[in-house]
Amino acid sequence: MAKQLYWEDVKEGDEVTPLPKVATRQMMVKWAGASGDFNPLHYDDSFAEAQGVGKPIVHGALKRQWLVNLMTTWMGDEGTLKKFSCLYRVMDHPRLMKTTSEPHDGPTWWCKGKVIKKYVEGDAHLVDCDIRIENGKGEVTTPGTATVILPSRG
Amino acid sequence: MLPEEITKFIGQSTGGIRVMEVEKGSIRRFAESVDDPNLLYCDEEYARNSKYGSIISVPGFFGWPAKGVRAGGQMGGIPELNAALAKNGFGRVLDGGMEYEFFCPVRAGDTLAATSFIKDITEVEGRTGKMAIMITETTYLNQNGDLVARARGTSIRR
Repeated sequence: MAKQLYWEDVKEGDEVTPLPKVATRQMMVKWAGASGDFNPLHYDDSFAEAQGVGKPIVHGALKRQWLVNLMTTWMGDEGTLKKFSCLYRVMDHPRLMKTTSEPHDGPTWWCKGKVIKKYVEGDAHLVDCDIRIENGKGEVTTPGTATVILPSRG
Repeated sequence: MLPEEITKFIGQSTGGIRVMEVEKGSIRRFAESVDDPNLLYCDEEYARNSKYGSIISVPGFFGWPAKGVRAGGQMGGIPELNAALAKNGFGRVLDGGMEYEFFCPVRAGDTLAATSFIKDITEVEGRTGKMAIMITETTYLNQNGDLVARARGTSIRR
Protein backbone atom coordinates (compact mmCIF):
# COMPACT_ATOMS: atom_id res chain seq x y z
CA MET A 1 0.00 0.00 0.00
CA ALA A 2 1.12 3.60 -0.65
CA LYS A 3 2.87 5.81 1.93
CA GLN A 4 0.41 7.36 4.37
CA LEU A 5 -0.64 10.93 3.57
CA TYR A 6 -0.53 13.42 6.44
CA TRP A 7 -2.52 16.65 6.72
CA GLU A 8 0.75 18.61 6.79
CA ASP A 9 1.71 17.15 3.39
CA VAL A 10 -1.34 18.60 1.67
CA LYS A 11 -1.81 22.13 0.32
CA GLU A 12 -4.83 23.80 -1.19
CA GLY A 13 -4.65 23.39 -4.96
CA ASP A 14 -2.95 19.97 -4.80
CA GLU A 15 -4.21 17.29 -7.15
CA VAL A 16 -5.59 14.07 -5.66
CA THR A 17 -3.66 11.13 -7.18
CA PRO A 18 -5.66 10.29 -10.35
CA LEU A 19 -7.20 6.81 -10.52
CA PRO A 20 -7.98 5.10 -13.86
CA LYS A 21 -11.01 2.84 -14.24
CA VAL A 22 -12.42 0.83 -17.14
CA ALA A 23 -16.15 0.08 -17.25
CA THR A 24 -17.04 -3.11 -19.08
CA ARG A 25 -20.27 -5.05 -19.60
CA GLN A 26 -18.76 -7.67 -17.33
CA MET A 27 -18.25 -5.10 -14.57
CA MET A 28 -21.96 -4.23 -14.90
CA VAL A 29 -22.78 -7.89 -14.23
CA LYS A 30 -20.40 -8.10 -11.26
CA TRP A 31 -21.89 -4.90 -9.83
CA ALA A 32 -25.45 -6.15 -10.28
CA GLY A 33 -24.62 -9.28 -8.31
CA ALA A 34 -22.67 -7.42 -5.65
CA SER A 35 -25.18 -4.62 -5.11
CA GLY A 36 -28.47 -6.39 -5.78
CA ASP A 37 -29.41 -3.79 -8.42
CA PHE A 38 -30.68 -5.90 -11.32
CA ASN A 39 -32.08 -3.02 -13.35
CA PRO A 40 -31.86 -4.14 -17.02
CA LEU A 41 -30.95 -0.56 -17.92
CA HIS A 42 -27.37 -1.70 -17.36
CA TYR A 43 -27.21 -4.92 -19.41
CA ASP A 44 -30.24 -5.27 -21.72
CA ASP A 45 -29.97 -3.49 -25.07
CA SER A 46 -33.69 -3.26 -25.84
CA PHE A 47 -34.63 -2.11 -22.34
CA ALA A 48 -31.93 0.57 -22.38
CA GLU A 49 -33.19 1.82 -25.73
CA ALA A 50 -36.81 1.89 -24.50
CA GLN A 51 -35.70 3.95 -21.49
CA GLY A 52 -34.16 6.50 -23.84
CA VAL A 53 -30.48 5.98 -23.01
CA GLY A 54 -29.40 4.24 -26.24
CA LYS A 55 -27.24 1.37 -25.06
CA PRO A 56 -26.86 0.03 -21.50
CA ILE A 57 -25.26 2.59 -19.21
CA VAL A 58 -22.87 2.39 -16.29
CA HIS A 59 -24.72 2.45 -12.96
CA GLY A 60 -24.41 5.85 -11.32
CA ALA A 61 -23.75 4.12 -8.01
CA LEU A 62 -20.85 2.22 -9.54
CA LYS A 63 -19.26 5.51 -10.62
CA ARG A 64 -19.87 6.79 -7.12
CA GLN A 65 -17.84 3.90 -5.76
CA TRP A 66 -15.03 4.69 -8.20
CA LEU A 67 -14.88 8.17 -6.67
CA VAL A 68 -14.98 6.70 -3.15
CA ASN A 69 -12.04 4.52 -4.25
CA LEU A 70 -10.24 7.66 -5.47
CA MET A 71 -10.48 9.20 -2.00
CA THR A 72 -9.83 6.10 0.11
CA THR A 73 -6.67 5.34 -1.90
CA TRP A 74 -5.41 8.90 -1.53
CA MET A 75 -6.23 9.28 2.18
CA GLY A 76 -4.55 5.97 3.13
CA ASP A 77 -5.45 3.50 5.90
CA GLU A 78 -5.12 6.19 8.58
CA GLY A 79 -7.44 8.62 6.80
CA THR A 80 -11.23 8.70 7.20
CA LEU A 81 -13.80 9.58 4.57
CA LYS A 82 -16.18 11.95 6.33
CA LYS A 83 -18.43 13.38 3.64
CA PHE A 84 -19.04 12.59 0.02
CA SER A 85 -21.36 13.70 -2.76
CA CYS A 86 -21.63 13.23 -6.50
CA LEU A 87 -24.06 13.80 -9.37
CA TYR A 88 -24.53 11.34 -12.22
CA ARG A 89 -24.69 14.15 -14.73
CA VAL A 90 -23.63 12.50 -17.99
CA MET A 91 -24.18 8.88 -18.96
CA ASP A 92 -21.30 6.52 -19.55
CA HIS A 93 -21.45 3.38 -21.68
CA PRO A 94 -19.25 0.40 -20.80
CA ARG A 95 -16.87 -1.37 -23.16
CA LEU A 96 -18.05 -4.68 -24.61
CA MET A 97 -16.14 -7.88 -23.90
CA LYS A 98 -13.59 -9.42 -26.28
CA THR A 99 -12.69 -12.52 -24.23
CA THR A 100 -14.09 -13.99 -21.04
CA SER A 101 -12.06 -11.50 -19.03
CA GLU A 102 -10.79 -8.75 -21.35
CA PRO A 103 -12.78 -5.94 -22.86
CA HIS A 104 -12.43 -4.54 -26.35
CA ASP A 105 -10.25 -1.47 -26.74
CA GLY A 106 -12.06 1.64 -25.72
CA PRO A 107 -12.12 4.51 -23.27
CA THR A 108 -10.42 4.70 -19.90
CA TRP A 109 -12.19 6.80 -17.33
CA TRP A 110 -10.14 8.94 -14.97
CA CYS A 111 -11.16 9.76 -11.41
CA LYS A 112 -9.54 13.02 -10.36
CA GLY A 113 -9.72 15.57 -7.59
CA LYS A 114 -8.33 18.81 -6.30
CA VAL A 115 -7.85 20.03 -2.73
CA ILE A 116 -9.87 23.18 -2.22
CA LYS A 117 -9.64 23.72 1.54
CA LYS A 118 -7.71 22.41 4.53
CA TYR A 119 -8.77 23.23 8.07
CA VAL A 120 -9.01 22.02 11.66
CA GLU A 121 -12.21 21.42 13.61
CA GLY A 122 -11.61 20.40 17.22
CA ASP A 123 -9.19 17.46 17.04
CA ALA A 124 -9.89 16.67 13.41
CA HIS A 125 -7.64 17.77 10.53
CA LEU A 126 -9.84 18.03 7.47
CA VAL A 127 -9.43 18.45 3.74
CA ASP A 128 -12.24 19.33 1.31
CA CYS A 129 -11.84 18.26 -2.31
CA ASP A 130 -13.67 18.77 -5.57
CA ILE A 131 -13.73 15.43 -7.39
CA ARG A 132 -14.81 14.23 -10.82
CA ILE A 133 -14.80 11.41 -13.35
CA GLU A 134 -13.63 12.27 -16.85
CA ASN A 135 -14.67 9.99 -19.70
CA GLY A 136 -12.51 8.95 -22.64
CA LYS A 137 -13.04 12.36 -24.25
CA GLY A 138 -12.00 14.25 -21.12
CA GLU A 139 -15.61 15.35 -20.40
CA VAL A 140 -16.67 15.47 -16.78
CA THR A 141 -19.49 12.94 -16.39
CA THR A 142 -19.66 12.69 -12.61
CA PRO A 143 -18.75 15.79 -10.58
CA GLY A 144 -18.68 15.73 -6.80
CA THR A 145 -17.12 16.71 -3.50
CA ALA A 146 -15.43 14.85 -0.67
CA THR A 147 -14.16 15.65 2.81
CA VAL A 148 -11.49 13.48 4.44
CA ILE A 149 -9.93 13.53 7.90
CA LEU A 150 -6.18 13.00 7.65
CA PRO A 151 -3.74 12.05 10.39
CA SER A 152 -1.56 14.88 11.64
CA ARG A 153 2.07 14.76 12.64
CA GLY A 154 1.07 16.94 15.59
CA MET B 1 -47.06 21.87 -10.58
CA LEU B 2 -46.96 18.26 -9.43
CA PRO B 3 -50.36 16.84 -8.46
CA GLU B 4 -51.27 16.24 -4.84
CA GLU B 5 -51.34 12.50 -5.39
CA ILE B 6 -47.53 12.78 -5.74
CA THR B 7 -46.67 15.64 -3.38
CA LYS B 8 -48.65 14.14 -0.49
CA PHE B 9 -45.76 11.69 -0.07
CA ILE B 10 -43.27 14.44 0.83
CA GLY B 11 -42.16 13.88 4.41
CA GLN B 12 -43.40 10.31 4.43
CA SER B 13 -41.38 7.31 5.47
CA THR B 14 -40.69 4.80 2.71
CA GLY B 15 -41.90 2.11 5.08
CA GLY B 16 -40.50 0.51 8.20
CA ILE B 17 -36.95 -0.37 9.11
CA ARG B 18 -34.82 -2.20 6.58
CA VAL B 19 -32.49 -4.66 8.29
CA MET B 20 -29.22 -5.25 6.47
CA GLU B 21 -26.58 -7.75 7.48
CA VAL B 22 -23.13 -6.71 6.37
CA GLU B 23 -21.40 -9.94 5.48
CA LYS B 24 -17.67 -10.40 4.88
CA GLY B 25 -18.19 -12.10 1.51
CA SER B 26 -20.60 -9.39 0.32
CA ILE B 27 -18.07 -6.68 1.16
CA ARG B 28 -15.38 -8.49 -0.81
CA ARG B 29 -17.65 -9.01 -3.83
CA PHE B 30 -18.68 -5.35 -3.76
CA ALA B 31 -15.07 -4.13 -3.68
CA GLU B 32 -14.08 -6.54 -6.47
CA SER B 33 -16.95 -5.38 -8.67
CA VAL B 34 -15.46 -1.88 -8.85
CA ASP B 35 -11.82 -3.05 -9.00
CA ASP B 36 -10.97 -1.72 -5.52
CA PRO B 37 -8.13 -3.91 -4.16
CA ASN B 38 -7.99 -2.32 -0.67
CA LEU B 39 -6.95 -5.05 1.78
CA LEU B 40 -9.03 -3.49 4.59
CA TYR B 41 -12.09 -4.96 2.85
CA CYS B 42 -10.88 -8.55 2.46
CA ASP B 43 -7.65 -9.44 4.34
CA GLU B 44 -8.29 -10.46 7.97
CA GLU B 45 -4.69 -10.09 9.11
CA TYR B 46 -4.18 -6.76 7.36
CA ALA B 47 -7.41 -5.38 8.81
CA ARG B 48 -6.53 -6.67 12.30
CA ASN B 49 -3.28 -4.69 12.21
CA SER B 50 -5.03 -1.52 11.03
CA LYS B 51 -6.71 1.16 13.14
CA TYR B 52 -10.01 -0.67 12.56
CA GLY B 53 -8.95 -3.98 14.11
CA SER B 54 -11.21 -5.97 11.77
CA ILE B 55 -12.48 -6.05 8.20
CA ILE B 56 -14.51 -2.97 7.35
CA SER B 57 -17.03 -2.35 4.63
CA VAL B 58 -16.42 -0.14 1.63
CA PRO B 59 -17.79 3.33 2.47
CA GLY B 60 -21.18 3.38 0.76
CA PHE B 61 -21.82 -0.36 1.11
CA PHE B 62 -24.34 -1.02 3.84
CA GLY B 63 -25.06 -4.66 3.11
CA TRP B 64 -26.77 -6.61 0.35
CA PRO B 65 -29.05 -5.80 -1.36
CA ALA B 66 -28.14 -2.12 -1.68
CA LYS B 67 -31.73 -0.95 -1.55
CA GLY B 68 -32.53 -3.26 1.33
CA VAL B 69 -35.70 -5.16 1.95
CA ARG B 70 -38.57 -3.31 3.58
CA ALA B 71 -40.13 -4.50 6.81
CA GLY B 72 -42.94 -6.15 4.85
CA GLY B 73 -40.50 -8.00 2.58
CA GLN B 74 -40.90 -5.71 -0.43
CA MET B 75 -38.02 -3.90 -2.07
CA GLY B 76 -37.54 -0.18 -1.44
CA GLY B 77 -39.73 2.69 -2.57
CA ILE B 78 -43.41 3.43 -1.98
CA PRO B 79 -45.60 1.51 -4.47
CA GLU B 80 -48.44 4.07 -4.45
CA LEU B 81 -45.98 6.88 -5.11
CA ASN B 82 -44.33 5.00 -7.97
CA ALA B 83 -47.78 4.32 -9.44
CA ALA B 84 -48.77 7.99 -9.15
CA LEU B 85 -45.51 9.05 -10.81
CA ALA B 86 -46.02 6.57 -13.65
CA LYS B 87 -49.63 7.70 -14.14
CA ASN B 88 -48.48 11.30 -14.51
CA GLY B 89 -45.82 10.59 -17.11
CA PHE B 90 -42.87 10.19 -14.75
CA GLY B 91 -42.58 6.42 -15.09
CA ARG B 92 -38.93 6.13 -16.09
CA VAL B 93 -36.29 6.25 -13.38
CA LEU B 94 -32.70 7.41 -13.42
CA ASP B 95 -30.39 7.64 -10.46
CA GLY B 96 -29.38 11.31 -10.10
CA GLY B 97 -26.74 11.34 -7.40
CA MET B 98 -25.87 10.63 -3.80
CA GLU B 99 -24.55 12.40 -0.71
CA TYR B 100 -23.13 10.67 2.32
CA GLU B 101 -22.00 11.69 5.76
CA PHE B 102 -20.10 8.94 7.61
CA PHE B 103 -19.99 8.82 11.40
CA CYS B 104 -18.35 5.51 12.25
CA PRO B 105 -17.03 2.51 10.32
CA VAL B 106 -19.27 -0.29 9.13
CA ARG B 107 -17.66 -3.63 9.93
CA ALA B 108 -18.07 -7.15 8.56
CA GLY B 109 -20.62 -8.78 10.85
CA ASP B 110 -22.58 -5.60 11.59
CA THR B 111 -26.34 -5.55 11.30
CA LEU B 112 -27.63 -2.19 10.15
CA ALA B 113 -31.10 -0.71 10.43
CA ALA B 114 -31.97 1.72 7.65
CA THR B 115 -34.93 4.07 7.68
CA SER B 116 -35.78 6.44 4.84
CA PHE B 117 -38.20 9.22 4.14
CA ILE B 118 -39.05 11.31 1.10
CA LYS B 119 -37.40 14.68 1.69
CA ASP B 120 -38.76 16.44 -1.39
CA ILE B 121 -40.27 15.94 -4.83
CA THR B 122 -40.06 18.84 -7.27
CA GLU B 123 -40.80 19.28 -10.94
CA VAL B 124 -38.16 20.65 -13.29
CA GLU B 125 -38.01 21.28 -17.00
CA GLY B 126 -35.17 19.33 -18.59
CA ARG B 127 -33.82 18.99 -22.13
CA THR B 128 -36.06 15.98 -22.74
CA GLY B 129 -39.16 17.46 -21.07
CA LYS B 130 -40.61 17.61 -17.58
CA MET B 131 -38.93 15.61 -14.82
CA ALA B 132 -39.73 14.98 -11.17
CA ILE B 133 -36.71 15.10 -8.88
CA MET B 134 -37.13 13.02 -5.73
CA ILE B 135 -34.82 13.27 -2.76
CA THR B 136 -34.80 10.43 -0.21
CA GLU B 137 -32.94 10.67 3.08
CA THR B 138 -31.76 7.49 4.79
CA THR B 139 -30.35 7.01 8.28
CA TYR B 140 -28.26 3.93 9.09
CA LEU B 141 -27.84 2.70 12.67
CA ASN B 142 -25.76 -0.32 13.67
CA GLN B 143 -26.67 -3.10 16.12
CA ASN B 144 -25.40 -0.95 19.04
CA GLY B 145 -27.72 1.90 18.08
CA ASP B 146 -24.77 4.00 16.85
CA LEU B 147 -25.42 6.35 13.95
CA VAL B 148 -23.23 4.99 11.19
CA ALA B 149 -24.15 7.13 8.20
CA ARG B 150 -26.69 9.40 6.60
CA ALA B 151 -27.44 9.32 2.90
CA ARG B 152 -29.36 11.64 0.62
CA GLY B 153 -30.17 10.11 -2.75
CA THR B 154 -31.59 11.87 -5.79
CA SER B 155 -33.85 10.02 -8.19
CA ILE B 156 -34.87 11.50 -11.53
CA ARG B 157 -38.34 10.48 -12.76
CA ARG B 158 -39.24 11.25 -16.36
